[in-house]
Amino acid sequence: MAQGHDIRFLLNGVEKRVSDVKATLTLLDYLRLDQRLTGSKEGCAEGDCGACTVLVGRLHQGQLHYETVNACIRFLASLNGCHIVTIEHLSGPQGRLHPVQEAMVDYHGSQCGFCTPGFVMSLYALWMSNPEPSVQEVETAIQGNLCRCTGYEPIVKAAMAVTQYGSPAHDHLVRERTDVTARLMALQPSARIVTGPEDDRAILPLDVADLAQVLAENPKATIVAGSTDVGLWVTKFMRPISPVVFITHLEELKSVEVTEEALTLGAGVTYSESEAAIRAAFPHLGDYWDRIAGWQVRNMGTIGGNIANGSPIGDTPPVLIALGAEVVLQSARGSRVLPLEDFFIDYGKQDREAGDFVAAIRIPRAKPGQMDAAYKISKRRDEDISSVAAGISVCVTDGVITTARIAFGGMAATPKRAATAEAALVGQPFAAASFDAAAVALGQDFTPLSDWRASADYRMTVAANLLRRFYLEQDSTQGAPVRLAIA
Amino acid sequence: MKDLGNTTEIKGAAHQDLKHESAIKQVQGRADYTDDILEPAGTLHAYLGVSTVAHANIRGMDLSRVRAAPGVVDVLTADDIPGVNDVSPTGKHDEPVFPTEKVEFHGQPLFAVIAESRDAARRAAELADVDYEVLPHALDAISARDAGMPMVTDPLKLERGDVESGLAEAPHRLQGRVVVGGQDHMYLEGHIAFAIPGEDDDVVVHCSTQHPSEAQHMVSHVLGVPSNAVVVNVRRMGGGFGGKESQMNLFCAVAALGAKKLNRPVKIRPDRDQDMTATGKRHDFVIDYDLGFDNEGRIEAVESQFAARCGYSSDLSGPVTDRALFHADNAYFYPNVRLTSCPQKTNTVSNTAFRGFGGPHGVVAAERMIEEIAYALGKDPLEVRKANFYGQPGDSRTLTPYHQEVEDNVIGRIVEELEESSDYQARRAAIIAENTKGGIIRRGIALTPVKFGISFTATWYNQAGALIHIYNDGSIHLNHGGTEMGQGLNTKVAQVVAEAFQVDFDRIKITKTTTEKVPNTSATAASSGSDLNGMAALDACEQIKARLVKFAAESRGVAESAVRFGPNQIRIGEEVVEFATFIREAYMARVHLSAAGFYKTPKIHWDRAAGKGRPFYYYAYGASCSEVSIDTLTGEYRVERTDILHDVGRSLNPILDKGQVEGAFIQGMGWLTTEELWWDKDGRLRTHAPSTYKIPLASDRPRSFNVKLADWSENREMTIKRSKAVGEPPFMLGISVLEALSMAVASVADYRECPRLEAPATPERVLMAVERLKAGG
Repeated sequence: MAQGHDIRFLLNGVEKRVSDVKATLTLLDYLRLDQRLTGSKEGCAEGDCGACTVLVGRLHQGQLHYETVNACIRFLASLNGCHIVTIEHLSGPQGRLHPVQEAMVDYHGSQCGFCTPGFVMSLYALWMSNPEPSVQEVETAIQGNLCRCTGYEPIVKAAMAVTQYGSPAHDHLVRERTDVTARLMALQPSARIVTGPEDDRAILPLDVADLAQVLAENPKATIVAGSTDVGLWVTKFMRPISPVVFITHLEELKSVEVTEEALTLGAGVTYSESEAAIRAAFPHLGDYWDRIAGWQVRNMGTIGGNIANGSPIGDTPPVLIALGAEVVLQSARGSRVLPLEDFFIDYGKQDREAGDFVAAIRIPRAKPGQMDAAYKISKRRDEDISSVAAGISVCVTDGVITTARIAFGGMAATPKRAATAEAALVGQPFAAASFDAAAVALGQDFTPLSDWRASADYRMTVAANLLRRFYLEQDSTQGAPVRLAIA
Repeated sequence: MKDLGNTTEIKGAAHQDLKHESAIKQVQGRADYTDDILEPAGTLHAYLGVSTVAHANIRGMDLSRVRAAPGVVDVLTADDIPGVNDVSPTGKHDEPVFPTEKVEFHGQPLFAVIAESRDAARRAAELADVDYEVLPHALDAISARDAGMPMVTDPLKLERGDVESGLAEAPHRLQGRVVVGGQDHMYLEGHIAFAIPGEDDDVVVHCSTQHPSEAQHMVSHVLGVPSNAVVVNVRRMGGGFGGKESQMNLFCAVAALGAKKLNRPVKIRPDRDQDMTATGKRHDFVIDYDLGFDNEGRIEAVESQFAARCGYSSDLSGPVTDRALFHADNAYFYPNVRLTSCPQKTNTVSNTAFRGFGGPHGVVAAERMIEEIAYALGKDPLEVRKANFYGQPGDSRTLTPYHQEVEDNVIGRIVEELEESSDYQARRAAIIAENTKGGIIRRGIALTPVKFGISFTATWYNQAGALIHIYNDGSIHLNHGGTEMGQGLNTKVAQVVAEAFQVDFDRIKITKTTTEKVPNTSATAASSGSDLNGMAALDACEQIKARLVKFAAESRGVAESAVRFGPNQIRIGEEVVEFATFIREAYMARVHLSAAGFYKTPKIHWDRAAGKGRPFYYYAYGASCSEVSIDTLTGEYRVERTDILHDVGRSLNPILDKGQVEGAFIQGMGWLTTEELWWDKDGRLRTHAPSTYKIPLASDRPRSFNVKLADWSENREMTIKRSKAVGEPPFMLGISVLEALSMAVASVADYRECPRLEAPATPERVLMAVERLKAGG
């Protein structure tokens, strides 16, 4: 098969072709060190502060979409055929400020200014897609941006005011959309791309069939989708990961399929891309989805990656296990399907054979009478890793609990079902006492650890209380709220 | 004398709302931070190799694998130091650049790799083979004290009255302990230093420090060269908050060492994790109190000990723990009082300055005591607060534990106005009624005051310099010894200069802070930036103005009193001359158009041994009222509303000051809620980056946030334009959130018991306090 060796993309207004791109070269280092575009800052190098926020425009089913990403953990090699837009591209002719920039100046949104370019980029993306946001939408858009000076009030006020400074219709990215789309079309590869030195190799398969082939040839390859976790292996742990197989660009892995029976998400679907379908099919996951990382990470991270990396504290596995989700694994040998809970064998060990890749996640639709809830407990409400995450699905017939699926993250070495608590519920009346009993039974299901996120005591106490909360929320006789509203 | 009037105002005079001087550059990504400075060809990169144990004798260090790593040019150890192997800011000689015999905390810098790229240096730094003889370690203040570890510096005692009889005779007496956590600065721009070697002993260091003169002194000390060979430059910092007061010294020293040894530019920038593990943070304190009070809740006697986790060296822990005692009274009069500090050595990174500088711990302790009294007597804490406020001059309730009279007390008015505008009483009644229903969600409200002393307690620090040139085209060049870290200092000082010359702000160019222009400066710290540098700049302006007035009067043959400045012109008798034209004229007449200004704060003195004096020139005041909701099943919470009234005297720039107040409140709230430092048993800090250390986000702001400056206030002392310092005092407004959480928790046991919430009050601590109170109730 013919191979390409260069990574090609648009950087602001200029087409770039870069040869011999190391798999671990981050977009931020490329911008700051190679291109001397120093407007984007490094604050944390782990996708948690947003000072490096840039926009990436990419084609999805022929349409051009711009989204915010953390340049510090995004690898340049994953950006073939994309449009990278940095803070330097915002000002107009003669340095005229962009509406977002004008609002930030007028509302005193910058003090030390180091986080400011990142905020401007996040607010730019928000304004393009939603010029008149609510306060809550602004807060969601800047969940991934830290500011240590202002206390955020002036930034939120600036965000609300941007629309008074200009309309997205006049924005150059909007006006040049057709042209950029055409330029990006021309950059789409027609063959597998292999680039970088032997010990830091990047491979971009042409399609899913080619991916299976690449993995058959390189069974020890690191598969990278959103790089929101693998990015840290590089920037924090300096771990060798070569060869790296990038899959973000594979359209076939980006399908979102909704049927009467199930919602099926391709492994490459990001949190952001799945959000609408998730909200529609599983309304109880709406608020939960908004609390997964920050906007930039949701634009990059995939549900497939969240599952494949096997973390005991991933946000999606507990809630998906509770819903009875299945994972589809594929390789050159064919594909197999297994219940998601069986995929997690032990800490750091998943049921994934050499050459396998996660192809899709299939989540069955709720049955009539099914009650679902998803809970996340963390030190900070937004953009935090959960201390405890819980998914609860219970079916009740004639006042009696007929099925219960309860799964927790953060309570064991893997995301895990609470078998004893489930057993304590089934066959019992749907009543407070049943959930109190289940809460007690939970003690036999889990022996959590103490760490910097939470103590074992707190984890057990809060997990038990979440079962109580579930009952209170589902019990229609409760008048007073039983959890804090988001807004 | 004829009144020439002032029909048009200049742009950017003092007291105007003016945007930050760098705002436009910042929003465009064009404001340069140290890492953005163009690197000359040949620039090398340094990275620190650090210890992997908390306490050990170093038997040997094999760096051969480090030296052999790809891209490595050199490795610096203690042997490469031509001068003194020490960067301790107070001259205690307890903080080596690189230790030679002993490791005293996990993550302590041991050597520096210098390589062709930062990545290469970083990878190589991991390859050292250090032979440790591991010793027992103690991580927190109490276990270190129990283990018999020494203090890092002499403790302070403040005493007044007869504490023993006061406590014994009070109608009520109680003892308690409050644990108050530390805090990482989490400035968005981490530490960085970039040294460029010059001829002879010369070296120029660009860095991100709040204290250029100290960095200069340290570099010269380590290099063994006079200070006149070293230039330290700072254009701006991406945040400081005290974390870049002394902590930059090491990085400056390493960069300069490498640059001089190799005769190539050397830059050093730790990653966020190393920044957080290898540099100091806010101290955490364990405060024990013994309290006597009457039936009305009036305090009769206080005895209190403040033990602080200082880390392995003294750094600024002496003055930090001193300031904790200076603020252990907050706004309250203690008739009999004894306060002692215990600056405890521990096997952790050496803690350092952080906005408030120990003061916040003192204030938390004072407010905890008020809470204790309120719960003990079944009163509203606000009522207890009011009963204990300092009085007005002449009423015998004005003397602080350090024997300074409180002469400018406005806390009564501040609290009264805020109580009214926040509708505190009605809301508190409604909250109590709602909580009585026994729901899962409980609410709490608290109104807490702040009084904060302004001045460095190291009296000699209270001096500043400035340098002003007017070029012969009428443009003005302004330099002062303060540093810009986002607080708007440069903007405010330039406003003072604009006002003095009565010219538009745009005429003034604010330049980087450099030790070449203003020598022997103090740290931009202790909220003193505009007080000190504004006055020094004004002094320089007045010198030049005096020469211009003399020249104008002589040249036109009028009295000096007939010469007036502004707007953008000079009025000499009946004649009006454009400013630039007049400056050109003055230049041609050989008038000296440059001046160095100087200022030292009057009235202050401090005798530490006696525990007596007037350490503070004046006080700043404020109050905040916060309402919270908590979830009693999970401990999660939300701040529903905060109202703030804060005193900045006659503000130099109200909009910037408001920004300081808002930002300080959120930072103070973060300190007391979600920001938790967590060390494992081996002494490793495990919350060392934003993924694990959680500062507030936009969504953590109070759902309703109303911030006002007390526009009626004016500093009664002769400060710059009668303004007051603003950097630190509003940090402590965040305490209202802690106390509101406390009230919400207390509701589960009908307010019978003070919940004694530890800080930071994470959701975990809130839930565990709820469970504890429920079990006891």
